[in-house]
Amino acid sequence: MSGEAQLWISMQLAEQIRRHGAETYPHECCGALLGRDNPVSAHSSSDEGAEKPQREVLALFPLVNRRDDSPRNRFSVTSGDVRAAEKEAARQGIDVIGWYHSHPDHPARPSEYDREHAWPWYSYVIVSVAAGAPTEITSWRLADDRAEFSAEEIAICQRASV
Amino acid sequence: MPVKVMIPTPLRAYAGKREAVELDAATVGEALGRLTSEFSELRKHLFTDDGKLRSFVNVYINDEDIRYLAKENTRTKDGDTISIIPSIAGGCCS
Repeated sequence: MSGEAQLWISMQLAEQIRRHGAETYPHECCGALLGRDNPVSAHSSSDEGAEKPQREVLALFPLVNRRDDSPRNRFSVTSGDVRAAEKEAARQGIDVIGWYHSHPDHPARPSEYDREHAWPWYSYVIVSVAAGAPTEITSWRLADDRAEFSAEEIAICQRASV
Repeated sequence: MPVKVMIPTPLRAYAGKREAVELDAATVGEALGRLTSEFSELRKHLFTDDGKLRSFVNVYINDEDIRYLAKENTRTKDGDTISIIPSIAGGCCS
């Protein structure tokens, strides 16, 4: 597991993901993470002593789980939804940097099914919802060779969303 | 005939950081074949080991899903734009 990757998110947005997971329980929730992926700068000037976020969630784009057949243990976002998320991100001058979903009554760990349906680069945030109450929230990135996910540290920041 | 293939952000690292690649191809399948020959690291993210497009990878030619056309045999014409759009899927157990 690499501890280098970090995903910055405000307390409010993290709470919004957790709430979405509770609202759709016992079904899985899903949505897009909109934000910025900043290349590491060689001459990063510190702002109030804080390091510059490498990757930061600035807004969420909640989506409807399209898996009517087994919404308790699967989620699906159509290519049309992906395009809508990309359009909204472009409107805000940011990018789709990843996706979130919930694991009802299961740990916030990616499944083999998650791995088979993922691309590298995106951040995949998972919130575990136990008996209707959101618990652990984690983030993951797929390796270049598709072999496994690595954990990405979630850094809760105070910054307000745009 | 030249067509333009738009590279989705997550896969640009495997395509020389390019947003789009122009290449000559008579069909969508040929365009994707040439693209993944030129950028071999792209291949495993688009195709399964047996050479089929991954189930969550959707290909559009000018805004039309090739599944509703002739799939990878869909013919291209000069100036067409091919887009690769994922559908996102997952779930809590295998």
